[in-house]
Amino acid sequence: MTSVVATNQTILVVGGGIAGMTAALEAAETGKQVVLVEKNPYLGGRTVQLYRYFPKMCHPSCGLEINLRRLKANPRIQVLTLAEVTGISGDKGNYSVTVKLAPRFVNENCTACGECNKAATTEIPDEFNYRLGKVKAAYLPSDMAYPQRYVIDPSVVASAEGQAIKAACKYGAVDLDMKEEVVTLNAGAIVWATGWQPYAAEKITPYRYGEFKNVITNVEFERLADPHGPTGGKILRPSDGKEAKNVAFIQCAGSRDENHLRHCSRFCCMASLKQTRYVQEAFGDAGKSTIYYIDIRAIDRFEDFYQEVKANPNVSFVRSKVARISEDKNGDPRLWGVNTEGYIRYANPHDLVVLAVGMEPSVKNVAIPAEVMGDSSGFVMADPANAGIFGAGCATNALDVNRAVQSATAAALRAVQVVNQVARAEA
Amino acid sequence: MSDMNQQMTTRYKNNFLKEIEQQAEMGDWVKMCMQCGVCSGSCPTNFHPGWAHPPQEIFMMIRAGKRDEVLDSQSMWMCTSCYNCYVRCPRKLPITHIMHGIAEYAYRLGRAPKGQPTLHLSKTFWNNCTKSGRTNEVQLTQTLYFKDGIVSGIKKALVMQDVAIGLVKAGRLNIMEALGGGHKCKGAKGIHAMLAKARELENQRKGRAA
Repeated sequence: MTSVVATNQTILVVGGGIAGMTAALEAAETGKQVVLVEKNPYLGGRTVQLYRYFPKMCHPSCGLEINLRRLKANPRIQVLTLAEVTGISGDKGNYSVTVKLAPRFVNENCTACGECNKAATTEIPDEFNYRLGKVKAAYLPSDMAYPQRYVIDPSVVASAEGQAIKAACKYGAVDLDMKEEVVTLNAGAIVWATGWQPYAAEKITPYRYGEFKNVITNVEFERLADPHGPTGGKILRPSDGKEAKNVAFIQCAGSRDENHLRHCSRFCCMASLKQTRYVQEAFGDAGKSTIYYIDIRAIDRFEDFYQEVKANPNVSFVRSKVARISEDKNGDPRLWGVNTEGYIRYANPHDLVVLAVGMEPSVKNVAIPAEVMGDSSGFVMADPANAGIFGAGCATNALDVNRAVQSATAAALRAVQVVNQVARAEA
Repeated sequence: MSDMNQQMTTRYKNNFLKEIEQQAEMGDWVKMCMQCGVCSGSCPTNFHPGWAHPPQEIFMMIRAGKRDEVLDSQSMWMCTSCYNCYVRCPRKLPITHIMHGIAEYAYRLGRAPKGQPTLHLSKTFWNNCTKSGRTNEVQLTQTLYFKDGIVSGIKKALVMQDVAIGLVKAGRLNIMEALGGGHKCKGAKGIHAMLAKARELENQRKGRAA
């Protein structure tokens, strides 16, 4: 059984992405007891699935490493992975929370030696790489995964392959008898940091995502550019593995659209501007990028980044929301629309199309097992009636990493204040 | 130019956007356009040479006060009412209806292009169906077939004669309509009164002289 030490002075942080980790660390470093709950088998969320950050083009692994060092050094944080909150009851200062823990089938003895991976034969979709590749059924989610422990997919547990995986482990770390558990824990305050998910691009029917192989999303493009990704960092298009030297980026794919997401997702303009750099770095002057946009929202300090990209002769900008995509015989996606600067009709072929899909909250406020106020897109809003539950990061709004961290720090401070009130009342 | 055109020019002076908002059906949506261009790209007449100004350009021209260029344009008459723009507009503008609204307003002002086929069909259809309250299909097709003269009318009729005979046999077309018979609405007078009242109310609402 998993034992969790928690009292009404504990802060529960739901979601272990960059916002959740930040909130947990900030609260714990003020001396509070924290339980950090994460649905995935590893921490870091969507941030670790990025190749590089804008605007400084540094690698997320760097920032993650700093956070992991803080986490490992702090005895006040208890991390639960493969865990989901299923119920919240009680009030500010005294919540009771039920958490469902899915079995990892690997215990603390794991040294990440990788012998189980060699013994496994079944291949499953690689969720870390947005299903662009496959992994074996005994896998380490990513090289930077924390906890640095393998995971065994439930599909092979009951098979002979499961036994072979177990036999391959020299440390007795594989435990095929692990069962799903439900634990109940106490908390004085809750930080809700469940983050975001990319908008389901197949819903934008004229773009034919899912049907045309060379139409991908911006999050998938991050994995293509990453040396740890499915192509080893080569920008190859999915249909035939050809180098994608002529890449189109479609902005507002789903965002700012009453038929899809009502809000501006804020990060996608900068993400596409950043991704033009990947194309430039991979192919030099042979790499061409075209950004189709309504307007570029590179706000405040990002303006410099935008101006730099704009000055690059290999990047062109077309002021138009693309109307539809067709596919040429050689697999080239062809973009149709009207350039609103001069009202010029175009039908441009490209090697690869990247849809700059927006953010939607991965758990919409209506699906949260507590009374929480949300906006029309499902993002959590500050609600005086629920003074003990605070949204953080992309659960509250479409934010980039920097702003998610700011929001998480603010949420941690509010949670700390609630717990301090509880402590004073009991003293 | 008509009196109404003079009247409106004086009333709205240089504010063409306001004129469209108040006078054209659905015109109050024009200001909501964010110029993304998805309507123009989605239009089936996109690569048609007769289509000078795509919807979002028309909207921008309205905002820029290009009154003559918009009202004399063929573009809104080219709309096929396929509703592609309407369903794809990220701001849910009823673009198809706005196009029709602007076209209708241009016609009211007497500025619609002469001999425009869409206008011809609309007028013919309107006069035909408001006369008795029901469409006289024989007379409607006759008017359209013989639009370009007797010879071309007879040619068109011969091409379609099998279809017509089939329709008559199936009871879907009444030959008597050619002589003004056929199906009619019992209370044609009532319908005329209703339409007159509707026109009166519209004029009141839009501040037009009767």
